[in-house]
Amino acid sequence: MPGQQEKILDVRNLQTHFFTDDGVSKAVDGVDFSLNKGETLGLVGESGCGKSITSLSILRLIASPPGKIVGGEILFKGQDLIAKSEAEMRKIRGNEISMIFQEPMTSLNPVYTVGEQIAEVLRLHQNMGRKEAWEKAVDMLRLVGIPSPEKRATQEPHELSGGMRQRVMIAMALACRPEILIADEPTTALDVTIQAQILELMKKLQAEMGMSIIMITHDLGVVAETCDRVAVMYAGKVVEYTTAKNLFENPKHPYTIGLMNSLPRLDEDVEELVAIKGNVPSPFNMPTGCRFAPRCPHATELCHSKLPELLTSDDGSKVRCWMYTPEWDGASKTATEMGV
Amino acid sequence: MFVYIVRRLLQMIPVLLGVILVVFLIMQMVPGDPAVLLAGEGASAETIAKIRTQLGLDQPVMVQYFHYVTDVMTGDLGTSLRSNLPVFDEIMARLPATIELAIASIFVTVVLGMVAGIISATKQYSAADITIMIVALLGVSLPSFWLGLSLIYYFSVKLQWFPVAGWGTWKHMVLPAITLGTAGAAIVARMTRSSMLDVVRQDYIRTARAKGLREQVIVYKHALKNALIPIITVVGLQFGFLLGGTVLVESVFAINGLGRLIVDAIRMRDLPVVQGGVLIASVIFVFVNLLVDVLYRYFNKRIDLN
Amino acid sequence: MMMTADQTKKPLLEVQNLKQHFPIKGGILGRTVNHVKAVDDVSFTIFEGETLSIVGESGCGKSTTGRAILRLDEPTSGSVFFEGKDLLAMSKSQMRSMRKDLQVIFQDPFASLNPRQSVAQILGEALAIQNIVPANQRRERIIELLSHVGLRPDQIDRFPHEFSGGQRQRIGIARALAMQPKLIICDEAVSALDVSIQAQVLNLLKSLQKEFKLTYLFISHDLGVVRHISDRVMVMYLGKVVEIADKKSLFDSPQHPYTQALLSAIPVPDVSKKQERIILRGDVPSPINPPQGCRFHTRCPLAVERCKTEVPALTNVHSTHQVACHLVP
Repeated sequence: MPGQQEKILDVRNLQTHFFTDDGVSKAVDGVDFSLNKGETLGLVGESGCGKSITSLSILRLIASPPGKIVGGEILFKGQDLIAKSEAEMRKIRGNEISMIFQEPMTSLNPVYTVGEQIAEVLRLHQNMGRKEAWEKAVDMLRLVGIPSPEKRATQEPHELSGGMRQRVMIAMALACRPEILIADEPTTALDVTIQAQILELMKKLQAEMGMSIIMITHDLGVVAETCDRVAVMYAGKVVEYTTAKNLFENPKHPYTIGLMNSLPRLDEDVEELVAIKGNVPSPFNMPTGCRFAPRCPHATELCHSKLPELLTSDDGSKVRCWMYTPEWDGASKTATEMGV
Repeated sequence: MFVYIVRRLLQMIPVLLGVILVVFLIMQMVPGDPAVLLAGEGASAETIAKIRTQLGLDQPVMVQYFHYVTDVMTGDLGTSLRSNLPVFDEIMARLPATIELAIASIFVTVVLGMVAGIISATKQYSAADITIMIVALLGVSLPSFWLGLSLIYYFSVKLQWFPVAGWGTWKHMVLPAITLGTAGAAIVARMTRSSMLDVVRQDYIRTARAKGLREQVIVYKHALKNALIPIITVVGLQFGFLLGGTVLVESVFAINGLGRLIVDAIRMRDLPVVQGGVLIASVIFVFVNLLVDVLYRYFNKRIDLN
Repeated sequence: MMMTADQTKKPLLEVQNLKQHFPIKGGILGRTVNHVKAVDDVSFTIFEGETLSIVGESGCGKSTTGRAILRLDEPTSGSVFFEGKDLLAMSKSQMRSMRKDLQVIFQDPFASLNPRQSVAQILGEALAIQNIVPANQRRERIIELLSHVGLRPDQIDRFPHEFSGGQRQRIGIARALAMQPKLIICDEAVSALDVSIQAQVLNLLKSLQKEFKLTYLFISHDLGVVRHISDRVMVMYLGKVVEIADKKSLFDSPQHPYTQALLSAIPVPDVSKKQERIILRGDVPSPINPPQGCRFHTRCPLAVERCKTEVPALTNVHSTHQVACHLVP
C-alpha cells in the first residue's frame, strides 16, 4: 500500500548520537520510516525512545555539540536533507517542513505579540511586507479558530490560554503552507477537552491544505484517533511499523503488546494491569541483542545475543522480533497466547 | 503600570524618611561637637554656647530631627559651616559632573559588558569566550584607584591622548568612565553570558530555529530581549557601587563632583554638607532603583509586580 | 456491594462545605481586590477501605481540595471530619499528630524526596517521627517496607538520583506506608510516569490497598487511570462538584453534560471504535469571576435560560449517583 502513493519523506537508517562526558548516548540508532503525501504517520514510544530526537534530526535542529547525525539519509522529495547546507535548511524550516511542540506555554517568545511571531515567518519565507504579513497572520489566527483574531494578534503569549497558544503555534507552522507538519506531542500538555479541540483542528486543516503530518506521541489513543500508519519506537529503534488498523487489531512486537496491556482502559475493567517489568535501558549502555529482551516475557538466548532486523511479515507489517523469523524455535509461542 | 509607579512612589516616602533618620543619627553619633569646631580653637564657652543656640544644638534630639525633616522637605539642607553657602547650592554646583561621570560609566558598563557577554555566550568555550571571561575576572578584581592611575600613566602621561585631570570636554570623561565602569562591565559580561546561555536553551528559541531564522536574528531579536531581565537587575545594583566609586575616581582624576565634595566635607567636619550630600546620593539611588524596577517590569510582563 | 455501601461502610473522611478562596492583592495599597474561588462549597464522604477519585481538568480545584484536607493550605471555611474529628478545628500540634494517619504522594517523586538523603534516611526519618518501631529495629522495618513496594534490600543506602522515576515513586509510597496511615491522598501520583511504569505503580497501589486496608483519595486528570483504580468517582469543574457516583454508574451512564463531554473527548486506543465526540467550545473560564448559575453553562451544549442564573444542587439520580444539573431530573 505505501508503495503506490507518493513518498514525500523517506528516513533511512537514521542515527543521531550524543557525545557527552559520560559516553556516547545512542538516542536514535537506525530508524527507518517513510511518509506519504497527505497521510499522518505516528511515531510512538515512551520517554527516551528517541522519537523527539528523530523529529528534530529531520529539521537538523539537534544542538551540536553534543549531538550529531552520524549516519543515514533523510530524503525529502528525493533530496537528502543531511547533505544540505545550513542556508538551504533554513529555507526548508518553517516553510516546507514546520514543527509544533509539546509545551505551548513556553514555545512562543514571551516578549513579542503572537501576530508579530506569525508575521515574522511570512516575511522571512514569502517576502511579504510588514502590513501584508500582519494581515495574513490575522487570517491564520482566524483559520485556526481563534475568536476576534485582530485583537488577539496584538496580544502577547501570556495573555492566552494553553489551548489558544497551541492554536497560535499551529497558525505559525502552517502560515507558509508547508508540505510536512511535525507535531511533537502537540496535545500532551493540554486538558482532554482542549486536546479534542486541537486534534479536530489539525484534522480539518490537513483535509483543507493536504499536508502530511508526523505525529509524535506517547498516547496510543491519539494514535488511534489521528494516524494512518504508525512506527513504534523503543530504545532508539523502530520495533514495529504498520498501519494503525493493523497495530491495534493485530499488534506483533511484544513491546507493542505490553504497551497496550499496560494502558488502563476507559472502555473496560480489568482487575490487574499487565505491566511490562523493569525499566528502559540506558542509552549509554544498550543491550547487545534485542533491546527489549531484558524486559520481554518471551526472550530467549537468541534475543539476548543478536539484534533482529526490521522484517516484513505476511500482512505487510514490519516487526523487529525473532519470534516472526524462521530462526525462532519457541514456535509454540504465538501472538494469541501472549494475551492479545 | 501607572498604578504600580504611583504605589512605588508612595512606598518611597517611608524609605526617604528612614534615609533622613539614618543620616541624622550618624551625624549625632560622630564624635566632636560641631559648635566647637565652628567656633575655632580657644573660643570661649559663651561663644560656643551662642553658636549652639544658633544651630539649635541645645534642643532635644527629637526636636532637632523634626526641624531637620521639615527643613529638608522645604529644600533647605542647611548652611555649609566652611563656606557659609546653602548646602543645597553647593551640591547642585557639583552634581552635574558626578551625574555625567555616572552616566558615562554606566554606558561603559552596559555596552562593554553586554557586547563581551554576547560574544562569550554565542561562542561558548571558544578562545574568545575564554579570553573574555579571564579579562572579566581581572576587571572585577582590579582596584579602581590602581586602574585609574595606570590609565593616567599610559594614556595621559606617556601617549598624551587624554588630559590627566579635570572635567569639561568628552576627552576628560574617557579615562574616569573606563576606570569607574570596568568592574561593572565585567560583572555585566558574566551575567549577560549566563543569562544568554540560559535563554538559548528555552523552547521558544527552538521554535525560532524551526521557523528557519538566521542565527543572528535568533540571538539579537529572540534571545537578547529575554536575556535583558537579569542584566537590568545587575546594572541597577551596579549603580549603587558606582555612586560609591565616584568618590575615589573623582579624587584620582581631580574632578569637582559630589563625591569629592563629601570627602572634603568629612575632612573639614562640615556636617551639614556631609548630611546633604549623603541624602542627595541616597535619593538618587532610590529613584534609580525605581527606574530599574519599572524597566524590569516593562521587559518582563509575565512578572506581576502587583 | 455498591448499593449497600452507605449502610455497611464506615465513613473515614467527611468533607463538608469546603471552600478555598485565595485572595488576589492589587491596587495602590495592595488590598485584597478579589478571590480565586479554587474550591467553592464542596462536600463528599470517603468510606473506609475504598478509593474515591477526584477528576477534572486543570483549575477545577481537585488538587486544592487535597491540599485543603491536609491543611497544606489553610481552607477558607468548611469542615473536614476524619474519624469524626474536625481537622480544621484542630490546633497545629493536634494536626501534626494526625498527619501520620493522613499521608500524601505527589506527582513529582524527585521534587518530593530530599536529594541529600539516602532511602534509609528518608524512611528512617518517617519511622522516627512515628516512633513505634524502636531505633534498633528500624533498618529491618525499612527493608520490609522496601520489599512491600518492590525495591531490593541492597538499594537501601542509595540516593534518589540513583533511581528511575517509577522507583522514586515507589520510595514515596514506602515513605507514606512507613507511617501506617489510614488515608493516602495520591495527587497525580502516576501522571509523570510512562505507561509501562505507570501500570507497575498502579498495580502496586492496588495490592497495598488490599494488604493494609488503605483508603485512597486519588486525584487525577486521567480518566483511564481513574476507572482502573476507583470505587467511586467525583467530577469537578471550576471549584464545584458536578457529579459523584460509583465507578460503574459514572462510566456507563454519565449524567452531567460536562462528564459526558469529558469522557467522549478521550481518544480510545482502538481504531474500530470511532465514537461520536462532543467537542466543547472555548476554554475553562477564570475561577476569579466564575460564571453565574451553573459554572459550566458557558460551554454547555445543552444550557437553557435557567442554567445562567440558578446554581444547580447535587441531587440523587439513584442512591449512589448524584449530579448537579438542572436538566437531569
